[in-house]
Amino acid sequence: MLEILFISTINGVTYGMLLFLMASGLTVIFSMMGVLNLAHASFYMLGAFFGFEISRRLGFWPGLLLAPLIVAGIGMLVERYGLRTVHKHGHVAELLFTFGLTFVIQKLVEMVWGKLPVDYRVPASLDFPAFTIFATDYPAFKVFGLFASIAIFLALMLVIKRTRIGLIVQAALTHPDMVGMLGHNVDRVFMLVFGVGVALAAVAGVIAGPALVTQSNMAGLLGPILFVVVVVGGLGSLGGAFIASLLIGLVQTFAVAFNVSLADVFGPIAESSGLGVYFDDLWSVTVAQVAPILPYLLLVLILIFRPRGLMGNRES
Amino acid sequence: MRKLLATTAVALSVIGATAMPAAADTLKIGYIDPLSGGAASVGQIGLNQLNFIADDINAKGGVNGNMVEVIGYDNQINAQTSLVQLQKAIDEGVRIVLQGNGSSVGSAILGFVEKYNKRNPDAHILYMNYGAIDPTLTNENCSYWHMSIDANVTVKMAALTNFMTPREDIKKVYLISQDYSFGHSVADTAVAMLKEKRPDIEIVGNEFHPLVKITDFAPYIAKIKASGADSVITGNWGQDFALLIKAAGQAGLNINWYTYYAGGTGGPTAIKQAGTADQVFQVNEGISNLDYAPAQEVAAAYTERFKDAPVMFPRVFNAMGLLVKAIEEAGSQDPADFIPKLEGMEYSTFSSGGDSFIRKDDHQFFQPLYVSTFGPLEANQTFDEENTGWGWKKVGEVAAKDTVVPTTCDMKRPG
Amino acid sequence: MSTSNTPGQIALPSGAETGFVRRYGIWIAAAIVLAALPYVFSSGLAVSTMCVMGTMIIFALSYNMLLGQTGLLSFGHAVFFGLGGFLTAQLIIAFAGGEQPLPLMLFPLFGGVTGLIFGIIFGAVATRRAGTAFAMITLGISELVSSTALILRKFFGGEEGIMFDRTEVFQLFGLSFGPQIQVYYLIAGWCLVSVIAMYALTCTPFGRICNAVRDNPQRVGFIGYNTTMVRFIAFSLSGLFAGIAGGLAAINFEIMNSAQMGAHESGAVILMTYIGGVGNFAGPIIGAVFVTFLQLTLSDLSDVWELYFGLIFICVVMYAPNGIAGLLMLQRPLLQRGQLLRVAPYYLMALVPALVGIAGLSMVIEMTHQLSIAASEGAEMTMLGFTFNADAVLPWMVAAVLLALGAWLFLRAARVAQDAYGAALVQGSMK
Repeated sequence: MLEILFISTINGVTYGMLLFLMASGLTVIFSMMGVLNLAHASFYMLGAFFGFEISRRLGFWPGLLLAPLIVAGIGMLVERYGLRTVHKHGHVAELLFTFGLTFVIQKLVEMVWGKLPVDYRVPASLDFPAFTIFATDYPAFKVFGLFASIAIFLALMLVIKRTRIGLIVQAALTHPDMVGMLGHNVDRVFMLVFGVGVALAAVAGVIAGPALVTQSNMAGLLGPILFVVVVVGGLGSLGGAFIASLLIGLVQTFAVAFNVSLADVFGPIAESSGLGVYFDDLWSVTVAQVAPILPYLLLVLILIFRPRGLMGNRES
Repeated sequence: MRKLLATTAVALSVIGATAMPAAADTLKIGYIDPLSGGAASVGQIGLNQLNFIADDINAKGGVNGNMVEVIGYDNQINAQTSLVQLQKAIDEGVRIVLQGNGSSVGSAILGFVEKYNKRNPDAHILYMNYGAIDPTLTNENCSYWHMSIDANVTVKMAALTNFMTPREDIKKVYLISQDYSFGHSVADTAVAMLKEKRPDIEIVGNEFHPLVKITDFAPYIAKIKASGADSVITGNWGQDFALLIKAAGQAGLNINWYTYYAGGTGGPTAIKQAGTADQVFQVNEGISNLDYAPAQEVAAAYTERFKDAPVMFPRVFNAMGLLVKAIEEAGSQDPADFIPKLEGMEYSTFSSGGDSFIRKDDHQFFQPLYVSTFGPLEANQTFDEENTGWGWKKVGEVAAKDTVVPTTCDMKRPG
Repeated sequence: MSTSNTPGQIALPSGAETGFVRRYGIWIAAAIVLAALPYVFSSGLAVSTMCVMGTMIIFALSYNMLLGQTGLLSFGHAVFFGLGGFLTAQLIIAFAGGEQPLPLMLFPLFGGVTGLIFGIIFGAVATRRAGTAFAMITLGISELVSSTALILRKFFGGEEGIMFDRTEVFQLFGLSFGPQIQVYYLIAGWCLVSVIAMYALTCTPFGRICNAVRDNPQRVGFIGYNTTMVRFIAFSLSGLFAGIAGGLAAINFEIMNSAQMGAHESGAVILMTYIGGVGNFAGPIIGAVFVTFLQLTLSDLSDVWELYFGLIFICVVMYAPNGIAGLLMLQRPLLQRGQLLRVAPYYLMALVPALVGIAGLSMVIEMTHQLSIAASEGAEMTMLGFTFNADAVLPWMVAAVLLALGAWLFLRAARVAQDAYGAALVQGSMK
């Protein structure tokens, strides 16, 4: 029991931090530009695939550095020539543009790399068990991912709160015209912010790629959870995204550990007749079976009882 | 050129003209499987194999003098799209349809074919199922117009448990399956058969996880470890299998895996990455390293032509072989004429030339099944998987007659 | 951007000034066209396709009640479609045997009622917020429902869904609805009724207030309407019609599975509605027909047809936010001023380089495809009757030239056409 608790906690935190890496980029883009980038998970996927290609030729570490830069470049182009054009048509158009982008990026990835998973390997320097606890090895690569995510969070907070660029970006969020009048190129700031946001997703991709399967459907798997994290944490709040990622990571991991169903707790009910027969399944389903949908349940509950999220401060 | 013809045919048929009459009486085989989207890799491989077989047959003069034409229809692994594509195929003059990816699609096609043949008595559409192995297709929902070429869940589990029975080192078994009809069939059959054949084996876990949704199997691996199991039985395929094995490798879990689809796309790569040599077993109708010369020649030619996707499904070769044999014996392409030939037909399988037959009661094909393990190849074995350098090696064989299981099929026959 | 057009179609108090034909002519014409279509397109595939188009028209129009008319972007609309379909399917199974006098024609109504009930339930939660938060809620609800469907296996049939036989219910006038053509007329009838109902809704005061909520919700509050209530009612009604569409789809395919409630189906309806045009009542109809047709035929032309689809969608979002219907409506002032023929040559002039550019782009896409995924088939490929090798330099150069030249010329020609359009408008109004 203790073993499961401990392993689940570590796994939950690691998974949560991976979610945070991605959610941080999304939150930064949203809080600075008011655009919820539905294609964020697609940039995560691009990061993984570019990381794979670079790691094949130059090694994993150059990939970790270069892939986010390439993805940032693509992101900036998308912002400059895509989002900016669509911006004048309103929020709905922006959402739909990023929605269409998700689709197109996935098809492009499929076209170039195919639909099969690619062999993106953990680098040899990290391919060993970091520690063994209760006879289970814990891979060093995951520990690295954990530390990388924490480091990025701290760096992000520092940049936003303490540097001049961060100050300008914060100001451009609420008073873009004033910032423009003060002589800063607001358009360039937005482009930069978008680039940085998707670069963060790409870093998550480079780290998650070897750990999970690098395949053309990876965006669709992680995408919806990402939005749950961002909404539950509060649209626009980085701290909220951090807490929400950990929360959801832990909830999902712990839920899997428990094979408990309502039937186990309250005793089996007699076979119902009529309409009741359809709900018998609900009674005997275990928590582990519903683990992946718990985040969505959380989303709906938060939106009913605390619509601005855990730490949100912006009405959208 | 094929595409141009196909497009014109579709355009014409949509306008209402009859589909372009093909040269003489081409034997048209419709292939309805995913050719785009996430599952496309598997569907495309089946199509590659059919094209390969068709080219070979045509080079030798065709079937009864008629050329074989394979037409692929993309169903995006969606049941409704499959039905529309099936209607399109029927309009284009196709009467024989092959499908094998996804039991949900298989059920839909089966239901449609049964109703269509009933409502259009001259239609005679045949559904050759080479991979949808839900047992209901040959039991409650069996149909005269359906042939099941792959061994179904029960048959495969029978073979697997027969292989496991004499192994004394198996004491605690953990079951992990995808939470849908196929996964539940696998788990239920495993429980029943183990109880019957090795009542001393303790089943220490029976886990279901959502289908193709889990990205991190580490929590499940932790549970398996905590249970003290020495073996796992799973029907997981695709990424559910790949991620499971990878997580196991990362956690250092050292046990045996008894699977159905470890050889599916992505599986071998994941096993190699996890480093679990000779511990993953699969049961299927044949592997390339069986030392059967005719199969190995074909396999060599195939892997030469399709270098980037050198995966073969012997069941596809069996399906086409059976079809061609029946059509030649009946001298007719009309399924109403050659289905009686298929019933009870005896055939030598592609992988090993082993004896096999189609049972008349439920149209289930029974063939020798092989249990193989994945690991570094020996000197005389040449076929590796997915360019990993490792391959499948036979460790057990079950003859066709020993794989027979009873059926509840009450088949309604025409006329 | 409201949906009423000519003055004659606003219901005037006396009604005597507008003739019967003028008011209802278009619906009578539509009915005649629907009845005659199977005689023009008579193959099995054509009838099946038209059946699918019929259900998609209702589905897309119901979605436009949310997006185009009330400004609500929902990512989970397929939930009502699916739930309506499932209930219809289960009821057909329940009433098989034909003892109760419920002919098949009535069953889509049950689907509609289901859609309405769930629209009310989910709407109570979702419509508290608008904009991005609303979109996220609908996304969450959609995932929740489609995952729950996999758990409630008895009702939803798990992964395989449920199958049934539509001929087993009570048969009125001996109509078994076995043959596809009978199903076509059933769908066509319901389609006509639903379209008329939804159109009528746009003409009511409620419909106008929805438009107002879309355009300026704050002001609607000032004039005394509760925007949340308006959105809630619109949401529920759109669920009603989506449920009808779902019921018809269930009857058409005789199978219903949880994929039809999922994100993919929701995405499809967004595509259809938006490409057709959200600002116009006819837009979703055009979009549904166009996209369904593409989905069925495009996959024969190219393995990467979905990429083209996505690119079309993005182009529409960026450059033609009012969709196909919007583009057509832009020509209306020209038509009224009789200037269309003057501007038409400019359109043609812009069309040619556009086609050239598209040819170049699709060459690049197809060649990349050939070299990557389809590499096992060799580098040789055929396009438009020309055979060439995808790994040779010449085709790539040709493609690059076509693309660059086509794009550049198109941009120039488009600007000229735009000027001509403006000039024609001014010209026409000066007469």
